[in-house]
Amino acid sequence: MAEMELTGAEIVIRCLHAEGVEYVFGYPGGAVLNIYDEIYKQEGFKHILARHEQAAVHAADAYARATGRVGVALVTSGPGATNAVTGIATAYMDSIPMVVITGQVPTPAIGQDAFQEVDTVGITRPCVKHNFLVKDVKELALTIKKAFYIAATGRPGPVVVDIPKDVTQHTCAFEYPDSVSMRSYNPTYKGHAGQIKRAVQMLLEAKRPVIYVGGGAVLGNASAQLIDFARELGYPVTSTLMGLGAYPAPDPLFLGMLGMHGTYEANMAMQHCDVLLAVGARFDDRVIGNPKHFAREARRIIHIDVDPSSISKRVKVDVPIVGDVAQVLDEFGRLIKGGAERPEEAALKAWWAQIELWRAQDCLKYDRGAAAIKPQYVVEKLYEVTGGEAFVTSDVGQHQMWAAQYYQFNKPRRWINSGGLGTMGVGLPYAMGVQFAHPEAMVACITGEGSIQMNIQELSTCKENRLPIKIILLNNGYLGMVRQWQEFFYEERYAESYVASLPDFVKLAQAYGHEGLTIEKPEDVEPALRRAFGEWKDKLVFLNFITDPRENVYPMIPAGKGLSEMILV
Amino acid sequence: MRHIISVLMENEAGALSRVAGLFSARGYNIESLTVAPTEDATLSRMTIVTYGSNDVVEQITKQLNKLVDVVKVQDLTDGSHIERELMLVKVRATGELREEMKRLADIFRGRIIDVTDKAYTIELTGTGSKLDAFLEALDPAAILETVRTGASGIGRGERMLKI
Ligand SMILES: Cc1ncc(C[n+]2csc(CCOP(=O)(O)OP(=O)(O)O)c2C)c(N)n1
Repeated sequence: MAEMELTGAEIVIRCLHAEGVEYVFGYPGGAVLNIYDEIYKQEGFKHILARHEQAAVHAADAYARATGRVGVALVTSGPGATNAVTGIATAYMDSIPMVVITGQVPTPAIGQDAFQEVDTVGITRPCVKHNFLVKDVKELALTIKKAFYIAATGRPGPVVVDIPKDVTQHTCAFEYPDSVSMRSYNPTYKGHAGQIKRAVQMLLEAKRPVIYVGGGAVLGNASAQLIDFARELGYPVTSTLMGLGAYPAPDPLFLGMLGMHGTYEANMAMQHCDVLLAVGARFDDRVIGNPKHFAREARRIIHIDVDPSSISKRVKVDVPIVGDVAQVLDEFGRLIKGGAERPEEAALKAWWAQIELWRAQDCLKYDRGAAAIKPQYVVEKLYEVTGGEAFVTSDVGQHQMWAAQYYQFNKPRRWINSGGLGTMGVGLPYAMGVQFAHPEAMVACITGEGSIQMNIQELSTCKENRLPIKIILLNNGYLGMVRQWQEFFYEERYAESYVASLPDFVKLAQAYGHEGLTIEKPEDVEPALRRAFGEWKDKLVFLNFITDPRENVYPMIPAGKGLSEMILV
Repeated sequence: MRHIISVLMENEAGALSRVAGLFSARGYNIESLTVAPTEDATLSRMTIVTYGSNDVVEQITKQLNKLVDVVKVQDLTDGSHIERELMLVKVRATGELREEMKRLADIFRGRIIDVTDKAYTIELTGTGSKLDAFLEALDPAAILETVRTGASGIGRGERMLKI
C-alpha cells in the first residue's frame, strides 16, 4: 500500500504525539496557522494559550524543570519569535531541555524583508543548544526527532525548529524514526575509570572535604546517589542556587547555599577545604566570586560534569571527570563501599567542629520582633504551612534570595527559578508550567512587585485553566535588589528603584477572577497563608504582603570579591 | 601563543556562522579562517588561526567540540604539521620594474598568472611569514592590490583528522 502523504503541519502534530508530548505552550499567528488548524483537529496533547510568547516559553521551560521531560512551545514568526527569545535564553543559561517551534515566512519570501520576517535562526543562535531552519518538508520529521534528542541528551538545552509556512503546506510520506544517531554529536556519559579511582582516593584522604552541588545534579537526576555518597562518608554538602533540593536542606550535613548570598558556613567551608568535589556545578561568578581570590587557597578540586567545556573554564581543576553525574556518583559509591578505607576520623571531626563554629554565627538571623512584616518570616511560614512539600517558583531579586535561604527544599525539581539569566517575569509563568505538570501539587510563586508586573497578564491564562497557584508577593515598594546595591555601593542614591503608582493588587487579582488579600501585620501572615492553602485551596490566591521596605539580603559578598569578604547582618 | 585549529564539520547551512558567532560571543581572536568542503561533500573542513593562552585555546577547542555540527577538532600546533597560505599580489610592472618583478617572483617561487602592459598578478603560496617576506621585499609603491586566503593546515604523516 502506498504510504499516505501528510502535510508539514500534520507531520508536526504526529511528531509531537510520537514524542509523547502532554502540553504545548503557545500563541498563534499567520506563519503557524496551518499548524494551529491541525492542533484544532487533534486530541493527543493539550495546547495552552498563554497571553504573551515569553510566558509560553517560560511555562514550557518550567514544565521541563519540574518533570525532567522536554518542554514544548510554539510561536509565530517575527514578533512571536522575538518575544520568545527571553524565554529561550533563560532556558539556555540553566540548561533546560526544550523544543521551541517557530513559524517562518514562506521559503520564497525569506530574505525579502517580508511581513513578520526575522532571522530567527540568526537571532537565537547564541542562546540555543542548536537550531534548525527546515526548508524541505521531507526533512521535517527527522529534524524534529533530532531536536528532541539534542534537547534532552548530554548537557540539556533549548532547540529551536524554524518552519516556513509553505513547508507546513507541502506534503510527503511520514515516517518518524525510532532513534537517531549523529556522527557530530555524541555526549559522554560514562566517566573515565582511572579518573574515578583517583578521585575516590583523593576524597578518602581528605581532611577538610566539601561537596559542592550545582544544577547539574538536579538535571542529571543524581539526588539519590548524592545523598547516599555524602552520608556514607559524612562529608558536608553545599549547593548553588540551582542545585537546591538535590540534597535535602534540613539534613545536618547540609551547610546551606553558597555564593554571593550563601551562608557563612558554606562559604567559609568552600574557602578552607582541602578537597572540593564539584558535582554538576560550574564555579560561576555569583558562586565563587573572583576566581583569583578563590584559587589562592591550596586545595584540590574534583569536578564531575557532563559538559567538558564547563571543566577548568573559570577555575583549574585537578581531577576532571566528564560524564553523567548520577552514573559517576554511583561508581564512587561502589568503590567506597567495596573498599575498606574510610576517611581519617579525627581530621573529619575537627573539620566538623570548625564548621559548627561557623554555623553558630547564625548568619540567617533576622529581627523577629519587628513591627513590620519581615520577608524572611513570610517564607519561613510558607515552609511551615506547606510542610515543605510545595513547588516554589520565584522571580528575580531579594525575594528570590529569601526564598532560596528560608524555604528548606528537601527534594529536587521543587525549586524553580532563573539562576543563570536572572530573568524578572518568570515567576508566574513558571508556576503555570509547574502546576500543569503536577495538577495536585501545592505551587507557590514568591515574587516582588517589580517582577510580577513583567508577566502579570498570565493571571488570565491561570483563570482559563483554573490553576490554583498561590502568589506570595513580598511587596517592599522597591526594586529591592537594586535598592540594596544602591544602599551599599552608591551611597544611597536610589535612582529609579522606587516603584510609584503600584496597582491595587487585590483588585487586580479580582479583576482577573481570582482571590486577593493584603497582609500588613506579622500576626496576619500565617492565617493568610493557611486560608490560601485551606479555604482557597482550589483557587488562585494573590497574597500581597506589605513587607519592611528597608530589609536587605544577608550575608552578601560584593561582586568581584573573594568568598571570605562577606558582609554579615 | 599562535594556534592553528582544524575543524571537521557537517557541511550544513549556517555551520560557518556558528563558528564565527562562537568566536565573537566569547571574545576569542580569529586571525584567519578558511573553509571548504572536503572530498566527502557532506563534510567541511575549516582551519582557524587564533591567538591565546593555553587555557583559552583549551576552551576554544572544547567550545568548538560542543557545537552540534562539529564532528572533530584538532589543534594542529599540538604536533608536527604543515601550513600553507595562498596570496595574489597585483604589482606595478612598467619600465624596469617589469624585469625586477619577474626576478623577485622567481626568487620566491611565485608565478605570474596575469599580465597586462601596466601590471602583473603574482601567485604565491607558503607559510604566512614567507608571504610577509615577499611583500617586504617589494617596493610598497609598486603594490597595487593584495589578497590572501589565510592559512590551511594539515598534520604530518600519520597524524590525520578524519572520521
Ligand atoms: C528582565 C530584568 N530586568 C532587570 C533586571 C535587574 N534586576 C534584578 S533584581 C531587580 C529588582 C527586582 O525587584 P522586585 O521584583 O520588586 O523584587 P525585590 O528585589 O524587591 O524582591 C532588577 C530590576 C532583571 N533581573 N531582569
